[in-house]
Amino acid sequence: MAELHNPAIEVGHDTHGHGHDHHHGHDDHGHHELNFIEKYIFSQDHKVIGKQFLFLGMAWAIVGGLFSIFFRLQLAWPEESFPILEWFLGSWAEGGKLSAEFYYALVTMHGTILVFFVLTAGLSGTFSNFLIPLQVGARDMASPFMNMLSFWMFVLSSCVMLFSLFIQTGPASGGWTAYPPLSALPQASLGSGLGMDLWLISIALFIVSVALGGLNYVTTVINMRTKGMDFFRMPLTVWAFFFTAIIGLLSFPVLFGAAILLEFDRLLGTSFFLSDIYVAGEALQHSGGSPILFQHLFWFLGHPEVYIIILPAMGIVSEVMSVHSRKPIFGYKAMVFSILGITILSFIVWAHHMFMSGLNPFVASIFVLFTLLIAVPSAIKVFNWITTLWRGSIRLNPAMLFAIGFVSLFISGGLTGIYLGNSTLDIQLHDTYYVVAHFHIVMGLAAFYGMFAGIYHWFPKMFGRYMNSSMGYVHFYVTLVGSYAIFWPMHYLGMSGVPRRYYDFSVFDQFSQYAELNKFITIAAIIVFAVNILFVFNFFYSIFKGRKVTVLNPYGATTLEWTTPIHPGHGNWVGEIPEVHRWPYDYSINGRDFIPQTEALGAGEVDDHDHGSDLPNVGSAIPGKH
Amino acid sequence: MGTLAYKKEILPDNVQPFKVHPQKFALWVGISVLCMAFAGLTSAYLVRKAAPNWQEFIMPTQFILSAVLMMLSSITIQGAVWAFKRDKIAFYNTTLFISLVLGISFLVSQYLGWMALEQRGVYLNGNPSGSFVYVISYLHVAHVIGGILPMTIALVRSLWLFGDPAKLAAFKTDNNKRVGIELLATYWHFVDILWIYLLLFFMFS
Repeated sequence: MAELHNPAIEVGHDTHGHGHDHHHGHDDHGHHELNFIEKYIFSQDHKVIGKQFLFLGMAWAIVGGLFSIFFRLQLAWPEESFPILEWFLGSWAEGGKLSAEFYYALVTMHGTILVFFVLTAGLSGTFSNFLIPLQVGARDMASPFMNMLSFWMFVLSSCVMLFSLFIQTGPASGGWTAYPPLSALPQASLGSGLGMDLWLISIALFIVSVALGGLNYVTTVINMRTKGMDFFRMPLTVWAFFFTAIIGLLSFPVLFGAAILLEFDRLLGTSFFLSDIYVAGEALQHSGGSPILFQHLFWFLGHPEVYIIILPAMGIVSEVMSVHSRKPIFGYKAMVFSILGITILSFIVWAHHMFMSGLNPFVASIFVLFTLLIAVPSAIKVFNWITTLWRGSIRLNPAMLFAIGFVSLFISGGLTGIYLGNSTLDIQLHDTYYVVAHFHIVMGLAAFYGMFAGIYHWFPKMFGRYMNSSMGYVHFYVTLVGSYAIFWPMHYLGMSGVPRRYYDFSVFDQFSQYAELNKFITIAAIIVFAVNILFVFNFFYSIFKGRKVTVLNPYGATTLEWTTPIHPGHGNWVGEIPEVHRWPYDYSINGRDFIPQTEALGAGEVDDHDHGSDLPNVGSAIPGKH
Repeated sequence: MGTLAYKKEILPDNVQPFKVHPQKFALWVGISVLCMAFAGLTSAYLVRKAAPNWQEFIMPTQFILSAVLMMLSSITIQGAVWAFKRDKIAFYNTTLFISLVLGISFLVSQYLGWMALEQRGVYLNGNPSGSFVYVISYLHVAHVIGGILPMTIALVRSLWLFGDPAKLAAFKTDNNKRVGIELLATYWHFVDILWIYLLLFFMFS
C-alpha cells in the first residue's frame, strides 16, 4: 500500500523505545525502517490494529452468516437434502441433511460469533481503535503494546473457537448463553463435551482482549486528548466508544468469573451451578448448586453486552448523519447524557432475560420498570437523529443511507422491546420467534448498519480510496428490504406461538402451516447474504482499485481525523498535533458550510453547543462555558 | 517494555496532561476491572448462601496469618518506593527482597490454609460453601503471583543494574522508569486489600 514509504512522517514513527528524542532521533541513530511484520502483523499502530480487527471481524461475519444460512435451509425445507451442506459440514450433514445435534451447534456458533467476534470485536474493536486517537488528537493509544496484545488475544480466542468447529464431538451446542446444566455436564450432549471447554477458553481469552482494549480506550480518552479538546468538544463517536469501553470493563469480568466457576463444575467436580441431577436414570454426585445463579452472572454481562454492541453504532450514526446532512447534531449534550443514561441503566436490567426462570414477580416488576426506562434515553436519541435530518442538505451516499437505515431498524426493533420488557407479556412471548425478531432487528441488524455506515464513511481515511458507490447502493437497498423481509414475518410467527430453537416444524400440526413463510424467510436471508458478499467484494476491490482520495477532507467534515495526511503514518500528524478550538458540529453556521475544529473562534464567537442550527452562533451564551 | 517507552515516544507534543500519569490511570482502571470480577464472585457467594443446603465452617487460622504477611509486605514495598525515589539503592534492594520473601510466604501460608480446610472435611468438590472459598482464594493467589513475577524482575534488574555505576547513572536520569515501582506497589496494595476483604467477607458475611 501507498503508505509503505512516507519519509515525510517521521514523528512517532518508531515505537521501540530507544529512549531518544523522536524529533531528531533518526539522525542520531540511523533510520529504523519497520519491516513487514512490524508494520502489518505485530503492529502497534492503532490504525493498523483497527483494520486488523475489521478484517478478522469480517471473516467471522462471513462464517457466522453462512451458519445462519445453513440452519435456515433446514427450517425452510426440513424434508429436502442439500449436497452442498455435506460438502461444507461433512458427517454433520450426512447425505446433505443437517443433523439435529449440529443444528444446535450451528445456532450456538452463529450467536457466539456474531455477538462477540463480529459485533463486539469487529465493531468497537475496529472503530474505537481507529477513531479514538484520530478524533481526540493523539499520536496513538495510551499503551500501543497492550493494544497490540488486545488484538492478538482476539486472534488466539478466534483460533480456539475455530478449532472447536473441527473436533469430533463438534463445537458447543447449548446456545450462546451456555446455561447449565447442559453446559456443565460433559455427558449431557455431544456439544457439552470438549466443544464446551474450548468455548469457555475462547471466551475467557476474548474477555482478556476486551479488557486490554477497553483499558486503552478509557485511558486514551481521559489522558491523551490534544490541547483544547475538552470533553464537550469530543465527537459523539468518541463519547460512545468511551462509554462502551466502560460497560465492557465493568461487565465482562463478571462473565469471566462465571466461566471459571463453570469450568470448575465441569472439570473438578464442584457444584456451583448443579444440583441433584439425574442423567439417564443415574443420580450424579453434584449437590447444592444453582443453575439460576449462572443466569444471573451471565446476564449481568449479557445485557450490558447488547449496549456494547449498539452504542458504537449509535456514535457512528450520529457522526455520519451530522456530516452528511450538513447540520450540527441536534441536542449534542442530550445525546451524551442519553449515552450515559443507557450505560447506567444497562447494569440494572439484566433480570428481564430471566422472567421465565421462576423469578419473584415483585423483583420482576422492578426490572420491568428499569427496562422500560431505557425507552427514555433511546427515544431522545431517535428524536435527535430525526431532527438532525430535518431540513438538512442531505447527501444520500451509502454511509448516510445505512445511518438512516439504522434509525429505522432501531425504531422498529425498539418498539417490540417495550412489549417484551413487560414480564406479563414476556412470559407469553419469551420462547417464541417474537424475541428472535426483536433482538435481531434492534441489536443485530441495527449494529450492522452502524458498522456499514462507519466502513463506507471512514474507508477513505483507512485506505486512501473510496468504496464503489453503485455497489454500495445495491448493498443498501437490497439489505434494507431483505432485513425486514426476514424479520417482520418472525413477529407474526412469534405471536402465533411458534417456539424458538426447534429443529423441524413439519412434525407439528400447529406449526407446519407456516412452512411457506419459513421458505420466504430463508430465501430472503440467502439474498441478503449474497448482497453482503458483494459488499465484501466491494471492500477488497476498493482497497486496491477504488477511486483515489485526492483531498485531505473529502466530506467537508470538522473533526480532527481529516486533518491528517491522506495516508497517515504511525503518529498520525506530521509535526505538531493540531489544537482544538470548538465543538465538532459546526456545520452550516455563520454562512459557512463547515468550520473545522482546529479553526480559532472568531471575535465575539462563543463555542456553545446548546443552540439549534438556525440560531446564530454568536453572543448570548454564558461566558467561558463549554 | 513497550509501555515503559511510553512517554517519550507517544505522548503528544501539546497534550494537556491529566493529573494522573496515563499508566497509573490505566492500572486503576485495571484494578476496577478486577474489583468487578471479585465483586461478581462474592455476590454469587451471597446469592447461593441465601439458599438451603449451605454448609458452615470456620476459616483456618493460616488464612489470617496470610493476611498479616500481606500487610507486612505492603509496608515493605512502600519502603522500597520511598527508597527508590531517594536513590537509596541498598535500602531499596533490601525492602524489595523482604517483600518478595513475604509474598512467597503468603503463597505457602495459603497452601497450608487449603490443607487445613481439607482436614476439616471441606473439599473443593463438596458443598458450594467450601468450593467458593477454594476457587476465590485460588483466583486471588493467581493475582498475587501476577505481582510476584514483576517484583522478581524488578529485584533481579536492580541487582544487575545497580552493580554497575554507569548503568545506574543512566537509569537515574530517566524519571520515567520510576513509574514501574510505583505501579508495582499500587498493584501489590490492591491484592493485599483484596485478600483482607475476602477474608473478612468469608468470616462475617
